[in-house]
Amino acid sequence: MDRPFGLLAELTYRCPLACAYCSNPLELAAYDDELSTADWQRVFTEAAEMGVLQCHLSGGEPLLRRDLVDLVRTAAELGMYTNLVTSAIGFSRPRAEALRAAGLDHVQVSVQADEPATSDRIAGIPSFERKLKAAAVVKDLGWPLTVNVVLHRQNIDRIAEIVALVEELDADRVELANTQYYGWALRNRAALLPSRDQLARAEEVVRDARARLGGRMEIVHVLPDYYSEYPKPCMGGWASRQLTVAPNGDALPCPAAQTLPLPRASVREDSLATIWDESPMFTAFRGTGWMQDPCRTCDRRELDFGGCRCQAFQLTGDATRTDPVCHLSPDHGLVTEAVEKANAGSRPVDELLVARPHRG
Amino acid sequence: MPNDTGLTPAAPAPLSALPPDTVRPRLGPHLRLHFDRSRGKHVLLAPESVIVLNATGADVVGLCDGSRTVAAIVDELRARYQRPVDDEVRDFLVRMAARRHVILEETM
Repeated sequence: MDRPFGLLAELTYRCPLACAYCSNPLELAAYDDELSTADWQRVFTEAAEMGVLQCHLSGGEPLLRRDLVDLVRTAAELGMYTNLVTSAIGFSRPRAEALRAAGLDHVQVSVQADEPATSDRIAGIPSFERKLKAAAVVKDLGWPLTVNVVLHRQNIDRIAEIVALVEELDADRVELANTQYYGWALRNRAALLPSRDQLARAEEVVRDARARLGGRMEIVHVLPDYYSEYPKPCMGGWASRQLTVAPNGDALPCPAAQTLPLPRASVREDSLATIWDESPMFTAFRGTGWMQDPCRTCDRRELDFGGCRCQAFQLTGDATRTDPVCHLSPDHGLVTEAVEKANAGSRPVDELLVARPHRG
Repeated sequence: MPNDTGLTPAAPAPLSALPPDTVRPRLGPHLRLHFDRSRGKHVLLAPESVIVLNATGADVVGLCDGSRTVAAIVDELRARYQRPVDDEVRDFLVRMAARRHVILEETM
């Protein structure tokens, strides 16, 4: 059996931001009982023993965990490459220096747009200026900086300006990733899904930027899967390369998998290795045995693994169906309908977003 | 579910010019060479990606210290393996350089 390379440690779902595209679970009350410092340290140790090489510290806002420096130190001492994914709120210089000393390898800062008005509107609180300051601290302390920008209908037309901002911040990498429609984001799908024209213009900007910045900055551009012919090879195959541990200790093959009708697996009850090897949550969709047609007999079944189980479940109510994004899926109409709506001529680009209620 | 940007297999090598003897290859910025005990292999750890190296790859990368020239790396590995390695090493370096895992330019 494959061993995971990466652990996504979702330390808390508390977050100062209220982004309408948040893909965390809708119901957050179940995650209030967070793992303790010792629990996380045990999880990291078990992960490293299993062969996990990268530890992504995420959330919510991981800086809201007062033990973050200790957790980073543990992960770093175990030899894992440590990556902090943050909104930058709470990333003060002293905190940053402590994280640096603890062995943190890499920082990813989210930015919602290229200018304060839009960025703060999408984030739900004044945060843009603090993000810029935090990015400068990251560079100043010698970290590699990744800037994460979630793209959608309301900011994608500013992609050139966004790239210019990222360039100004001297980032080493930028992830320009279109929204994925899970959790809160699915609720806002109509207001977030860009049109074909918007995507084409964005692609041109990215092409030019890559030509200009190639070698200096890595540009990751993730298109919305709703527009692709075949589904994304989600997680590189179910429970094959990565795993997620949620704030309450739930272990998941991907961060959206808590929506699936599978028995919970919890690090409070079992070791990570037992969960990885034996729990239904991890074994249910491993390999290709679970597939229905058209996936079952498709030449691409080992390439895209049937797409995303969570998306299949979310859109059809059956997690074993082909991801409706695939043009071969009998449910593909569910996706084309949303795409057609996004491309209706009369559709505005600034429809009202339903912000996530603040928590923490 | 999230965009899996890491762990992608190496892109095919662009057939650009092979590096000249005098270049001194070094690891890309922010990369770390690490021996993964659980898999018994060397890996390069980068932001958002893991590159699993085969034994020869690990030997080459281990010599990309910014002070050895390409010629010196080739000489050292030829001596170590007791066989010609010139093309193999240069092809590997070009492939790694295309993804910025190894830097071949003389200056940043």
